[in-house]
Amino acid sequence: MSTDAIALPRTELASRPFVDALHEWVTTVDHKRLGILYIVYALVFLVIGGIEAGVMRIQLVRPHNDFVSPQVFNRMFTMHGTTMIFFVAMPLVFGFANYLVPLMIGARDMAFPRLNAFSFWLTAFGGLLLYFSLVGANGLYGAGNAPDVGWFAYAPLTSRTFSVGHSTDFWTLGLLVSGFGSIGTAINILTTILCLRCPGMSLGKMPLLVWLNFVMSGMVVLAVSPLTAAQLMLLVDRYLGGHFFDTQAGGSAVIWMHFFWIFGHPEVYVLVIPAFAFASEIIPVFSRKAIFGYPVMVAATICIGFIGMSVWAHHMFTVGMSSNANTFFVLSTMAIAVPTGIKIFNWLATMWGGKIEFKTPMLFCVGFLFQFLIAGLTGIMLSAAPFDWQLGNSYFVVAHFHYVIVGGILFTVFAAFYYWFPKMTGRMCDETLGKLHFWLFLIGFHLTFDFMHIPGLLGMPRRIYTYEPGRGWDIWNLIVTIGVFFQALGTLVFVANLLWSYFKGKAAGNDPWDAWTLEWSTNSPPPAYNFATIPAIKSRRPLWDLKHPDDPDWKYE
Amino acid sequence: MCAFPFRASVFLFKHLRCEEQSQARGKTIAHDFLAIAQEADARGDPPNAMASTRHSSTLGVFHLFLVAIWSAAASTDTAAQSMSPTNIFAPVSTSAKSIFGLSIFVLAVTAAIFVVVFALLTYSVVKFRKRANDDGREPPQVYGSNQVELAWTVIPVLIVVALFMATARVIADVQKTARPDNAIEVIAIGHQFWWEYRYPALGVVTANELHVPVSDSNHPTPTLIKLLSADTDHSFWVPRLAGKTDLIPNHPNSMWIDPHQTGLFLGQCAQYCGTQHAKMLLRVYVQSRDEFDRWIQEQRRPAFASDAASRGQRIFETTACINCHTVAGTVADGRFGPDLTHLMSRDTIAAGATPNTPQNLRLWIRDPEAIKPGSLMPAMELNDQDLNALTAYLETLR
Repeated sequence: MSTDAIALPRTELASRPFVDALHEWVTTVDHKRLGILYIVYALVFLVIGGIEAGVMRIQLVRPHNDFVSPQVFNRMFTMHGTTMIFFVAMPLVFGFANYLVPLMIGARDMAFPRLNAFSFWLTAFGGLLLYFSLVGANGLYGAGNAPDVGWFAYAPLTSRTFSVGHSTDFWTLGLLVSGFGSIGTAINILTTILCLRCPGMSLGKMPLLVWLNFVMSGMVVLAVSPLTAAQLMLLVDRYLGGHFFDTQAGGSAVIWMHFFWIFGHPEVYVLVIPAFAFASEIIPVFSRKAIFGYPVMVAATICIGFIGMSVWAHHMFTVGMSSNANTFFVLSTMAIAVPTGIKIFNWLATMWGGKIEFKTPMLFCVGFLFQFLIAGLTGIMLSAAPFDWQLGNSYFVVAHFHYVIVGGILFTVFAAFYYWFPKMTGRMCDETLGKLHFWLFLIGFHLTFDFMHIPGLLGMPRRIYTYEPGRGWDIWNLIVTIGVFFQALGTLVFVANLLWSYFKGKAAGNDPWDAWTLEWSTNSPPPAYNFATIPAIKSRRPLWDLKHPDDPDWKYE
Repeated sequence: MCAFPFRASVFLFKHLRCEEQSQARGKTIAHDFLAIAQEADARGDPPNAMASTRHSSTLGVFHLFLVAIWSAAASTDTAAQSMSPTNIFAPVSTSAKSIFGLSIFVLAVTAAIFVVVFALLTYSVVKFRKRANDDGREPPQVYGSNQVELAWTVIPVLIVVALFMATARVIADVQKTARPDNAIEVIAIGHQFWWEYRYPALGVVTANELHVPVSDSNHPTPTLIKLLSADTDHSFWVPRLAGKTDLIPNHPNSMWIDPHQTGLFLGQCAQYCGTQHAKMLLRVYVQSRDEFDRWIQEQRRPAFASDAASRGQRIFETTACINCHTVAGTVADGRFGPDLTHLMSRDTIAAGATPNTPQNLRLWIRDPEAIKPGSLMPAMELNDQDLNALTAYLETLR
């Protein structure tokens, strides 16, 4: 088996005019370039969303602070949530999926390269449309304002009665457009995985990352569609005299909640399953062991995919559903803890008996394991509906889902950056800066999100621009805000590391981590055609087989 | 391990069943839960005898753990209140207490899981790290084990079953709809950004400060709050009295409270409802039955009539004030803003945003943005004389 790319003499292209390079990036249909575009785009929005979070935390540092007005604060949390979910987390997930899936299954590109580019640009312009509200939302250019309806935009706050001007329309259209992009990419990933696997790669021999992205894409198709429908209904309400969510005319505010959360909860799994995917690739390599219980991991993921579609109303325990409905959603929500627990145990068993090397990617993965454990346990607390009647919509919930999204997802995304950066650029990330990033971010994360649970338990609701003194919330909010600065510092180190390593990092070679999946068999960065000859494989770890011809995996699988 | 949550939930069921028979007994749920747990353990409890003997030592540890949690909670009971007036762990009504009981159970189970998994993770990360003197060979490759997978599937399933049953019981209990004869009924209507309270049977309308009678086990007087919204979604959350329930337009909800203590209980709107969501504060005054009845009597009187056409009243009745506010017995019958008939009987104005003093009242009329930016109260643009007269008139609305 020869999977090495043809070694061409390196052609110097540096003298190319900038416009040419730009033209190439804008018109590219190469999955690797689109993947990088997604990722860079997401990083830009990560910084913007982070600044919005910082503004909120400065405002909340003490009671009755007036760093910003209530109007600005409300816009900040709406934009922070919307940006982080739709224009940071989703593009990051799709970026890595785009880059890695074809390489890992030994394909030359995605199944529909042009759809791929189209989807990316839809997502990109969706984000721009959302932020264009700052300029155009009040009709007169330059007099706009960001939407202030919250990221789940409950009706009837979004009706024209309560949301005058066009800021809500920009929110709706931004999500509608990027939603079409997400559905396009998801269909593309599904098709790629089903149709373009290299010879020998049966479904049961795909790397876990590919399996997990397969499930994720299936969920995107099922979950984003209702959101898209709801956005259209909202537009009909606002401009064509519809009454779907118009409570004055017999419409239902609750139906919006159902539409939103039947998207919103699967969305959590859409984001966290790729995080699981990164952990499932990185932990084995740095423990020097095969993933423990591969078939069970696949089954657990599929299980999460199915159960994940039936838990949405646990976001609605306080809206007055019948006790039967509440009980059903308690059961389905608690049930999802089982496959998730299985995954944690399998990662644990993968490390068990291994030789764990604490390079930066592994550090972030270990952080993820501990933090995701806690996030899961607070999730169980919230799944007990009566407990949720107290905790729902409080800072406890905010702490919980940030534990999932930052402590779980963002940590593995950082791990993925450090792990695949050498493949994408041909250069290693700096280890010292990487570790500094890890420790700064870890400290910041725990200062912020550990202590954020407490004001929730003490009765502090979310989305308030200020609070009364004497509620016992002051000190916790102060600590939370201090943590944000550590996280910001960590992120600065991260960006500096990426930039420095891109220009000055030491050469990576094809396989710097001594890893086992197909992407490490080609050049770093891979040529446009990925593989000189399409590889053929016999096991889940083709490079292990190559490196250990005496003890290949296919004998045991 | 797996037997504890199950046993514990069995105890919890027993307790809850007891409670159904003999309503609130003054003790808190967690305390009863523990007592029943110990009692059941002492007499060997036939259905669980096997489990009990087999796991007696670990069960003891679990008991110790619960005792520790409970005694910590009990000894800090006053601390819990002084820590925050809105602490969910200082419940004073039946539903808040059953939620508290369930929370302690869920916290205990999740804490146990946390300790075990955290220890395993830490152990493996420390024990299996690559050593400095590593021989460079790959460790033995293990691909999986069906027995182990089965074990860590079945144990979590059992834990989930236990948690689910305990939770289902509390849901059914708190969402009971049966209505005792002696219940007080209040309609709470959420507005941007204040609360309207109507007592239909008692003929009282007020705003922002809810008065309810205390409910003790001898004379239970629970309050049924019907929750409506005049505009966007809101949520009624007074953590020490009950979990939150949303107020959604065109979707009536209701909830029960039966406070066991007199006093002022705080909370605030817990569903984002617009610009001033943050200053839509809740104040619930729990009074003895006598005090409550007296309060009702006072609220039922028409507005205090000062010298018939005072200057302030004339200003009130000839400006935009009456479009939104009601003063019973006068021409002012607006419904958009709070009823002002007995404004002076309230401790705060602007939905709890600021104390009800003449200075604050004057400022509120002159420049609401100074107190609550984004509220729907307009600045009245009056000259100083008129402002003083108007404030003086409002001061007479006792």
